[in-house]
Amino acid sequence: MKKQKLILVGNGMAGMRTLEELLKLEPDMYDITVFGAEPHPNYNRIMLSPVLAGEKQVDEIILNTIEWYEENGITLHTGDPVEAVDRKKRQIKTRSGLVCDYDRLLLATGSNPFIIPVPGHELTGVIGFRDIQDVETMLACASKYKKAVVIGGGLLGLEAANGLMKNGMEVTVVHLMDSLMERQLDKPASALLKASLEESGLNFLMEAHTEAIVGDQRVKGVRFKGGSEVEADLVVMAVGIRPNMQLADSAGLHCERGVVVNDTMQTFDPRIYAVGECVQHRNNTYGLVAPLFEQAKVCANHLAHLGFGRYEGSVTSTKLKVTGIDLFSAGEFNQGEGDETLVLQDPAQGVYKKLVISDNQIKGAVMYGDTMDGTWYFQLMREGTDISSFRSTILFGQHDLGDAGHGDETRVSMLSNEAEICGCNGVCKGDIVNAITSQGLFTLDEVRAHTKASASCGSCTGLVESLLASTVGEGYAATPSKKALCSCTVYSHDEIRAAIANQELKTMPAVFKSLEWKTADGCPSCRPALNYYLLAAWPGEYQDDAQSRFINERAHGNIQKDGTYSVVPRMFGGLCNANELRAIADVADKYQVPEIKVTGGQRIDLFGLKKEQLPSVWKDLADAGFVSGHAYGKAMRTVKTCVGKNWCRFGTKDSTGLGVKLEELTWGSWMPHKFKLAVSGCPRNCAEATIKDFGVVCVDSGFELHIGGNGGIKVRVTDLLCKVETEVEVLEYAGAFIQCYREEAHYLERTAPWVERVSLNYVKQRVVEDEAGRKALFERFKQSQKPAQIDPWRERAEGSEGHEFTPLRLARMRAAS
Amino acid sequence: MNNWVAITKLEEIPVLGARKLQTEYFDIALFRTGSDEVFALRDRCPHRGGPLSQGIVHGSAVTCPLHNWKIDLQNGEVQGPDQGCVHSFDVRVEEGVVYLDLASLESAA
Repeated sequence: MKKQKLILVGNGMAGMRTLEELLKLEPDMYDITVFGAEPHPNYNRIMLSPVLAGEKQVDEIILNTIEWYEENGITLHTGDPVEAVDRKKRQIKTRSGLVCDYDRLLLATGSNPFIIPVPGHELTGVIGFRDIQDVETMLACASKYKKAVVIGGGLLGLEAANGLMKNGMEVTVVHLMDSLMERQLDKPASALLKASLEESGLNFLMEAHTEAIVGDQRVKGVRFKGGSEVEADLVVMAVGIRPNMQLADSAGLHCERGVVVNDTMQTFDPRIYAVGECVQHRNNTYGLVAPLFEQAKVCANHLAHLGFGRYEGSVTSTKLKVTGIDLFSAGEFNQGEGDETLVLQDPAQGVYKKLVISDNQIKGAVMYGDTMDGTWYFQLMREGTDISSFRSTILFGQHDLGDAGHGDETRVSMLSNEAEICGCNGVCKGDIVNAITSQGLFTLDEVRAHTKASASCGSCTGLVESLLASTVGEGYAATPSKKALCSCTVYSHDEIRAAIANQELKTMPAVFKSLEWKTADGCPSCRPALNYYLLAAWPGEYQDDAQSRFINERAHGNIQKDGTYSVVPRMFGGLCNANELRAIADVADKYQVPEIKVTGGQRIDLFGLKKEQLPSVWKDLADAGFVSGHAYGKAMRTVKTCVGKNWCRFGTKDSTGLGVKLEELTWGSWMPHKFKLAVSGCPRNCAEATIKDFGVVCVDSGFELHIGGNGGIKVRVTDLLCKVETEVEVLEYAGAFIQCYREEAHYLERTAPWVERVSLNYVKQRVVEDEAGRKALFERFKQSQKPAQIDPWRERAEGSEGHEFTPLRLARMRAAS
Repeated sequence: MNNWVAITKLEEIPVLGARKLQTEYFDIALFRTGSDEVFALRDRCPHRGGPLSQGIVHGSAVTCPLHNWKIDLQNGEVQGPDQGCVHSFDVRVEEGVVYLDLASLESAA
């Protein structure tokens, strides 16, 4: 088949990112030609400020080299802007007279700096701040002249002013409004910023209305309303940008403030797409890089004829790229009607933080001086997280959330290079920063692959992400608003679970096909997740896929470092008797078990068994009445109990008896992650129920039910769900809570982070307040337990999955003949 | 010179799975991919000696069950950015029977 022709107009970040995304999806679908007005290959426009300030060189900000275009078979025309589009003939025409046909056209014409049309605006020495040429002009001026005026006290203006000052010029910033960066900052933050910039040497003229630029050929000064003037050898206009839609408009495409596109980035001509600063989407235009990249991803998906993926607009955040000034802003930063604000102010330290809150969700944030937690607030804002449970400490930052595991270490920027970030793999901050800079890493996955940091238990993921953000900079720190399950798919956990339910997908190949998996048979991340999701969605119907389970769940034992396995028989509620202990001792003798240990969950662990021995070990244990303890699985593990009122002089209830009932109800259940329960007979809480996924604390008047606790990597004390009066209710609430978690959590998400993600209020609403809903959840749990409560050990002891446990043998090796 | 020996039927190895083959020198892992190709590697991860036959098979790679190193089934090379190599052996499948080349095994032993 003949390749279709794709033409990209605009060799900038948005257009080229779209091509990169397209090449990842469909490398051979199109003959691609790129036209750029500038004489350079694609460069990182947001790094122009550091280039102006002398902190980076031009060749350091090139994103796609000339060789890259050649290697990918892309024809590049630089310095030759497209001047006309003939939509009937499907042709474009360039300034040099070149005519090219297209099947699909992608417009990424960007934006133009707005030049205020005052008298004198065309004089030599009056420029915008947009491209490499502007930077070169500014640098040339700085070497010859002394005085510069920057009109515009916004993000770009301040970066330009700072850069010119660094190059030795005397710079005055002229601003129409009474505070700087008024679109990103509130007044107190703006005042701190101004004071700090004044201290570094910038001059400011606030509420100054520019009336004319004065001079003959070259600019000599700026005159304001009221007649006052300042001298200037260079005037930089940085009062805003306007989408560059001239080409689209002349081609008859519908334009308003920008080129109007729909959620698939298509213009009113279905053959023509547009991305980047030139577009107007749902009445918004964007001038920051993160939204452009989100648009690029969606546009590439449609150019590749995949036909899914929608761009639904972006929430943006801002950082100022001026060395020594930390500033962050996102969302609504001024208090509207019905909003509340939380403010932390420490003028002596130069710290100011403000959060605007509505209905216990963050609507906006302004931070000055200490922006460490900006990305965290931004994430909470985008995900609409209910902050009520940590509202009283939220201003102190993420590290202040009760995590005994890490504490102050989250202040990653202050750490020395020798500080250990990943405790599992022994990776230090310096190793990670070096890998990011020397290997050019941009994503968490890449950092994990190259350094192993956060690749094991994952508890340092947040630290690694902040390191990535602080090392690579704003452009690439933008985490996608949703995270794909793994690199085999573009869909998130929630989208996949919804598709399995709504489209009635009942096998893994059906999921791969319907959701257009990028790999033929998935990877070790997605296969176990999908296997669980299918099992949870279609209990009794879905055929479990052994090859998609981690070895522990396939072999029903815990693999140890030497390749042997450990075996933990279930002891309901931690109770056992002499016959059972004798049977375990007999097994230990018969198979010469080298080590026996009592576990934290009140069970007995037999170590050092060879895989081939497992079925006969299990047979002996089954004959003594034991079933699998599931100590190896993402499954219901144990119910730990204390002595209870049958013996204990403080006990208020029969905690062991209730523990046995809970374990009989829940054993055998597969879960998103491991799941532990405990029952304590009085508030002394000897069974440590308040660090379990589901804990019961018996009191004289009933039972306190606790959820979301964790004693692992990050200790988390449970939240109190509610109090009930009878054991029957305990079982019902437990089953409903478990089922809610089973149906809605992400695979490998413990209850602790799950409860924090969906909020305690949500869980209470589902399990406590909605009585009918609770009963329905409990019913679904009981239904799914029917096929689940079949002892996997007995099945295998009787010969099922025999190939798993029987090695092949090559008995004699003959001499090579 | 080759010395092909019949080991097992193809159907005895699960799709996207593996079997351990015990020999007098060391264990070998026989893998079967989603497209019914069969590969043989020494059953010992170059990292910490994990049994590769117990890993998850995906594409033409296996992920070690101990620390998630990924190993290319075709040549035994560890996939980047980790580094290392595990011995691979010649295998072929004919009419549903898996053959191993003893000569490639003995030269490694």
